[in-house]
Amino acid sequence: MFYRLLSVVRRQRTGRGWQNWSSGRSGASAAEAHSVALPAQAQVVICGGGIMGTSVAYHLSKMGWKDIVLLEQGRLAAGSTRFCAGILSTARHLTIEQKMADYSNKLYHQLEQETGIQTGYIRTGSVFLAQTQDRLISLKRINSRLNVIGIPSEIISPKKVAELHPLLNVHDLVGAMHVPEDAVVSSADVALALASAASQNGVQIYDRTSILHVMVKKGQVTGVETDKGQIECQYFVNCAGQWAYELGLSNEEPVSIPLHACEHFYLLTRPLETPLRSNTPTIVDADGRIYIRNWQGGILSGGFEKNPKPIFTEGKNQLEIQNLQEDWDHFEPLLSSLLRRMPDLETLEILKLVNCPETFTPDMRCIMGESPSVQGYFVLAGMNSAGLSFGGGAGRYLAEWMVHGYPSENIWELDLKRFGALQSSRTFLRHRVMEVMPLLYDLKVPRWDFQTGRQLRTSPLYDRLDAQGARWMEKHGFERPKYFVPPDKDLLALEQSKTFYKPDWFDIVESEVKCCKEAVCVIDMSSFTKFEITSTGDQALEVLQYLFSNDLDVPVGHIVHTGMLNQGGGYENDCSIARLGKRSFFMISPTDQQVHCWAWLKKHMPEDSNLLLEDVTWKYTALNLIGPRAVDVLSELSYAPMTPDHFPSLFCKEMSVGYANGIRVMSMTHTGEPGFMLYIPIEYALHVYNEVMSVGQKYGIRNAGYYALRSLRIEKFFAFWGQDLNTLTTPLECGRESRVKLEKGMDFIGRDALLQQKQNGVYKRLTMFILDDHDTDLDLWPWWGEPIYRNGQYAGKTTSSAYSYTLERHVCLGFVHNFSEDTGEEQVVTTDFINRGEYEIDIAGHRFQAKAKLYPVTSLFTHKRRKDDVELSDLHGK
Amino acid sequence: MSSTLPFWILKNSARNSIATLQGGRRFYSRCASNRNKARWRLFSQVPGSGKISVPCSDVALQKAYRHTSTEEDDFQLQLSPQQVNEVLRAGESAHKTLDLVSGVPNSVLRFESNQLAANSPVEDRRGIASCLQTNGLMFGIFDGHGGHACAQAVSERLFYYVAVSLMSQQTLEQMEGAMESMKPLLPILHWLKHPGDSIYKDVTSVHLDHLRVYWQELLDLHMEMGLNIKEALMHSFQRLDSDISLEVQAPLEDEMTRNLSLQVAFSGATACMAHVDGVHLHVANAGDCRAILGVQEDNGMWSCLPLTCDHNAWNPAELSRLKREHPESEDRTVIVDHRLLGVLMPCRAFGDVQLKWSKELQHSVLERGFDTEALNIYQFTPPHYYTPPYLTAEPEVTYHRLRPQDKFLVLASDGLWDVLGNEDVVRLVVEHLAEVGRHKPDLARRPAHLGLMQSLLLQRKAQGLHAADQNAATRLIRHAIGTNEYGEMEPERLTAMLTLPEDLARMYRDDITVTVVYFNADSIDAYYKGG
Repeated sequence: MFYRLLSVVRRQRTGRGWQNWSSGRSGASAAEAHSVALPAQAQVVICGGGIMGTSVAYHLSKMGWKDIVLLEQGRLAAGSTRFCAGILSTARHLTIEQKMADYSNKLYHQLEQETGIQTGYIRTGSVFLAQTQDRLISLKRINSRLNVIGIPSEIISPKKVAELHPLLNVHDLVGAMHVPEDAVVSSADVALALASAASQNGVQIYDRTSILHVMVKKGQVTGVETDKGQIECQYFVNCAGQWAYELGLSNEEPVSIPLHACEHFYLLTRPLETPLRSNTPTIVDADGRIYIRNWQGGILSGGFEKNPKPIFTEGKNQLEIQNLQEDWDHFEPLLSSLLRRMPDLETLEILKLVNCPETFTPDMRCIMGESPSVQGYFVLAGMNSAGLSFGGGAGRYLAEWMVHGYPSENIWELDLKRFGALQSSRTFLRHRVMEVMPLLYDLKVPRWDFQTGRQLRTSPLYDRLDAQGARWMEKHGFERPKYFVPPDKDLLALEQSKTFYKPDWFDIVESEVKCCKEAVCVIDMSSFTKFEITSTGDQALEVLQYLFSNDLDVPVGHIVHTGMLNQGGGYENDCSIARLGKRSFFMISPTDQQVHCWAWLKKHMPEDSNLLLEDVTWKYTALNLIGPRAVDVLSELSYAPMTPDHFPSLFCKEMSVGYANGIRVMSMTHTGEPGFMLYIPIEYALHVYNEVMSVGQKYGIRNAGYYALRSLRIEKFFAFWGQDLNTLTTPLECGRESRVKLEKGMDFIGRDALLQQKQNGVYKRLTMFILDDHDTDLDLWPWWGEPIYRNGQYAGKTTSSAYSYTLERHVCLGFVHNFSEDTGEEQVVTTDFINRGEYEIDIAGHRFQAKAKLYPVTSLFTHKRRKDDVELSDLHGK
Repeated sequence: MSSTLPFWILKNSARNSIATLQGGRRFYSRCASNRNKARWRLFSQVPGSGKISVPCSDVALQKAYRHTSTEEDDFQLQLSPQQVNEVLRAGESAHKTLDLVSGVPNSVLRFESNQLAANSPVEDRRGIASCLQTNGLMFGIFDGHGGHACAQAVSERLFYYVAVSLMSQQTLEQMEGAMESMKPLLPILHWLKHPGDSIYKDVTSVHLDHLRVYWQELLDLHMEMGLNIKEALMHSFQRLDSDISLEVQAPLEDEMTRNLSLQVAFSGATACMAHVDGVHLHVANAGDCRAILGVQEDNGMWSCLPLTCDHNAWNPAELSRLKREHPESEDRTVIVDHRLLGVLMPCRAFGDVQLKWSKELQHSVLERGFDTEALNIYQFTPPHYYTPPYLTAEPEVTYHRLRPQDKFLVLASDGLWDVLGNEDVVRLVVEHLAEVGRHKPDLARRPAHLGLMQSLLLQRKAQGLHAADQNAATRLIRHAIGTNEYGEMEPERLTAMLTLPEDLARMYRDDITVTVVYFNADSIDAYYKGG
C-alpha cells in the first residue's frame, strides 16, 4: 500500500492540486518549501502534517481563520498516516467517537469532489463478527447506539454474513453487526486532500521543518522555535502523533501528553485469482483479534495481538516512519486467525508484512484540547489506531474549540485535562499501552479496571484496607476500594468475572449497602480533589461568587453545593464548598477534576498575590462515615454532641476525633444518607481510622467501597460530574435551580445563559428511571449510554445506572429530549412532557419498561433531619 | 565473598578446582566438596529464604501487572522458561553496521553481544567502538579480577590509546592544537553500548592529560602516517598499563581520583581486543580471554581458527617466557598449582601491581595513608617474590587477512572458554545461524502464499524457534551454563544456575561476556576483486 501511497505523494507533488499550495508565496512549490523562509508570525502554528494536523488546518481555515502555518518535520502524511490500513469505521464504544467517525465519513465522502484529489473512498460497509454470545451483546449495545444517532446498522445472522462476504467461514459465529455505510479510503490521500483544501484557503504549509520547542511566556504560547527559524504565534496545535509526547516534554514547562507507540502489523497480499471486488465489506473479527479489508483485489489484514511490542520508549525516533522490521513469528497468531476465518486464502500470495507503529493512550481514548498549564497550546493526538476514523471529526471539534472557545459536543472523555503529570512517566506509559492495545479487541464489559500502572497514588490506609479484603479500582491514578470481600468468600478470577449480567460481587455490595442503611460504614474517599482558596481581604469571596453559580456568602461553617459554569451555563465542575472562615474556603471536587478544575480556576482568577489557591488533595485523608449510627461513633470519639440539633446537615466544623485535633468534620455523605465526612490530616489518618473502627464495633461498623456509595447515590438521584453532568448540561436541566443564585442579582459566569434558559425552557432534562420488568438475575444489566425511548420514540441516552438494593430495582439516570417527530428538531422539555410519557430503556436491543421520575423516591429518606426539605428539593450530590 | 580472602582466588573458573590459601581453606574446601558431592542438585541446597535472584526486568513486569497484594499470585520461586529467557537476554545488545563506511563496503555485517554476571557486581567489561579519525571498528572483552575497577578503567581507556596511536601526524597536531587553544577536541571514538553497560565516563581530565602526554610523545616520533596497527596495539596496551601504574604513584590531589586509581592498579584485568579495518583483522590479547574465527571452507565444512593463545600456565610458550625472564632458581616457584606465583591464573594482565612492583614500591605507595581496608585492597606479597615484575600487559598481536570464508569472530571471556571448547562455540554459532534462518520466511527470494507461511511459522513455534535466541551470544551463554556433563542442554540445570543466590553464583560459574562479529562475505569479496 505504501508503495502506491508514495507514488501518490510524488504524483501529487507535481500535480495540479499541489502547485496551488504556495499560491501567494511567489509560486514556489511546496516541495521546495523548505528552502523558503518561514513567515515571522502567524496566528496558529500546527505541528504535524498527518491526518490530524491537516484536518485541524482544514477546519480552522473553513471557519474563517486564515493566518495558519502548518509545519511537518518530514513530508506530508508520512507518519502513521502513510501506513494506516485505511479503514473508516463508525462502530465505536463512545458516542462522541461515533459522532467523530460519522462526521469523518461524510467529510471524506465529498472530499474528492471538493478538492479534486482522489482519496480512494469506497463505501464498503463493515461486518463485525461475534464468536461468542458476550461479543454479540457488546455489538448489540453498539448497534442500538449507532441507530439512534442516525448511522444505519443491524445485527445479522451468520447466514447473512456469508452472503455479504464470499470467503468467510461462518460456522463458529453466533451473529454479527453490519454497518453498511462504513468505508475504506487512502488516509494519506485524505491528508493530502485536506492539506490542499486548507492551502487553498490560505493555510501555509512547510514540510521538512521540525519544531524544536514551543516558546511560552507567562503561561501563554508566544511562538515556536524551528530548525528554520522562529515563528511568533498565539496558538500552537500539537498534532505530532507519536512524536507528540516528546514534543510536549521539550517545552521549558513540559506539557504532558501521555501516549506511547506500539508496533502494529498488517499483511498485504497479491490479488486473488478472481480479484475481490472493491466494495467487499471490511471484516472485523475481534474474537480472532483481526481485521480484514479488500485491497487491490487482494486483502489487507492486521490485528491487535495479546502481546504488543511497545517501541520508542526512550524517545529515539525517526523523522518519518521507516518501514520497521517485520516480525513474522509475532504475526503468526493473527495469520492463523485469518486463515481460520478465510480458509480459502491459503494459496494467496503474500506481498508484504507491514510494521506501522500506532500510538495508544492510557485509557484507550484519544487526546484533544488545551493544555492545562499553557494557554494557546492545543493537542490532538493519541488515536489508538483509529486516526483515520476520527480525523475529520476530531479536527472539527478542535477547530471549534479554538475558534469558539469550546467544542459543540461534550468531549470531556477525550480532554487532555483528564490526565495530569502523573500519567507522563515513560515506564507507566510503556506498561499501560501493553494492556491497552489488546484491549481494543477485548470484550469491553462494565466496570473494567486497568491492571497495569496501578498503586501509584494511595491513601495511607491502603494496606490496612487491602488486608481486610478490599478490591480496588483506579481513578486518576488513585486507588479506591470497590468493595470488601469477606474472608470466607471467594470471587471469580479477573477474566471470568467479565459479564454483562449480574456480577459476582452483588451480595457483597448488598450487605455493605444494608450496613449503610442500618448501622454505619466507613469509606475511604481520599481521592477527591481538595482545594483551599484563601485571601487577605474579601477577594476570595468576591472571586468565588463570580465563578460559582450558588451563593457562597453563607455563615462560616456552612457547606454549599454549587458548580462552576461556563458561559453557556454548563457545568465545568460540580463541587461542594465549605466556608471555613470569612476569608477561606475548602472546595471538594470529583477526583478526575484535579487538573481541569485547577486550570479553570487559574484561568479565571485574577493575578492577585493576596488571593491564594492551593491544592491540598494530598494533605487530607477523607473518611466517609455513612449510616444512622455514624452520629454515635463520632460523639463517642469526640465527647461532643453530634445530633442534628448541635450539628445540622451541611455543616462543617474543625474538631478533635480520638487524640487527633484539627479534623474537618462535615455533615454530608455524598449519598443522601445521614453521616459525616472526616477530612483528616494524613498523619492522623491511621489513628482516626483505628479509633473509628474500634469504637464503631459495637454499632456494627464495617468497611464499604465505592460500589455501595454509587448504588446509594444513584437511587437518590444524585448526579455526578463527568458521568451525568458535563460542560453542556446546565443546573436547570437537572433540576438544580435552587442551587443557582439567579434571584440574588449577583453576576456569575453563565448567568445570562441560565436566565435565558429559564425564560425559554430547557431542551433536555435529567430524569431518573426505575426499570420495571427487569429481572436482575437473568436480564442484561444497564450500564450507561443505553437509548431511552419515550412513547416508542428515541428521547435520549442514559448516563449512569446502578442497582438500588432498597427499591430492589435498577435505577438509571439519563437525559430526556423532545425531538420533534417531523423535523427531529429539539423542543422544550417540560415537567409535563416528562411525566406524560411511557418510557423504555434499550439494553442491547431489548427494551425494558421504566418509570420516569424527576424527584427522588421520598421513602428512601428514612431518617428525617432538620434540613430534609432542603435536601429533597436540592438534590445535592456528587 | 568472604572479605578476608586475598583477591586472586576470585580468579577462578568454575571448572578448575578452587585454589585455597591459608585462612580460606576451610570455607572453600567445604563448598568445593559440597559441590562435588551434589553436582547440580542445587534445588535442595538453595535456601528458601527468598534470596533467589529474580532478574530486575522481570520484577518490573510483575510489578506492572500487580495491583493488589491480596490478588497477587504466589511469587514464583522457580523461574519459568520465559523468565529464564529474560534473565539471559537482559545483557543483550545487537547492532547492524552500515553497509558502507565512507563509501567503502563494510566488512563487518553486524555483531551481537551479551553478558551474564556471576560476580556481584560483575567484573567483566566489554567495549565496542568505531574510530572516528581512522577507519576501523574495535571490539574488546575485559575480564577483571579482584574487583571491577581495573576492567572498567581499561574498557574505558584502552580504545582511546589505540585510536590515538593510529592517528596520522596531522590529526594528532590538530588534537594538540585544539587542546592548547582550549577548543573542543575532534571526536575520537563512537561507542556502541548496551544500555545496561556501566556508563563510560568520558575520559576524565587526568586520563585525558595522560592520553595527551601519549600523543605528544607520538608527535615527537614524527611518523606521518601514525603507527601501524600491530605497533599501535602493542604500544597502547603497555602504555595504558604503565599509565595505570604511574598514576597511583604520582601524588594526586583529589581523593576520589586517588582512591580510584589505587583500586584500578591493585586490581587486574585481562584484555582481548580486535580491530577490524576492511579485510585487516588484528587481535591483541593479554591474558586468558580468547578470540576465534569461524571459517566455512568451500566444501561447506566449518572449522575454527584460534586467533589468540591463552596466557596461562597451560601454555608452554608462556611457561618458557616466564622461565626466561626470571632466574633459573625461580623455575619451580614462578608457576605453582598452574598459577603465577601460586596466585594468579593468567600470566598477563593489566593492573595487579602486586605482581609488578617491587615490595618496596608497594609498601611506599600504600603507606601514603590509603585506607586499604575501605578500598578493598589487599596488600599481599606472594611467596617467592624475588624478581618482579612477574606480570606484564604486553599483548600478543595476531594479524589475519579476512577471506570470504571467514564468517564470524567470537570474542569471549574465560567464563565461556572454561566450559565450551573452540569447536563447540563454532558449532553453536553455526547452528544458531542455521536456526534463525530456518523456515525464516524470505519473501524477497521466494514468494510464499499464506498457507505455506502459516505452516512455516507453526513449525517454528512448535520447535520453539520463534522463542529461540535471536542473539548468538545469548545462545552461547545459555549453552555454557546449561549444558550438563554429557554435553546435553538441561533446562533444570539452566534454571538452577540462574537462580543461584548472589553469593553462591561465583562458585559455579564465572562472569561470561561474549561478542560475536559477523563478517560480510560479499564486501570481503569485493575487497579482493577491487584489489
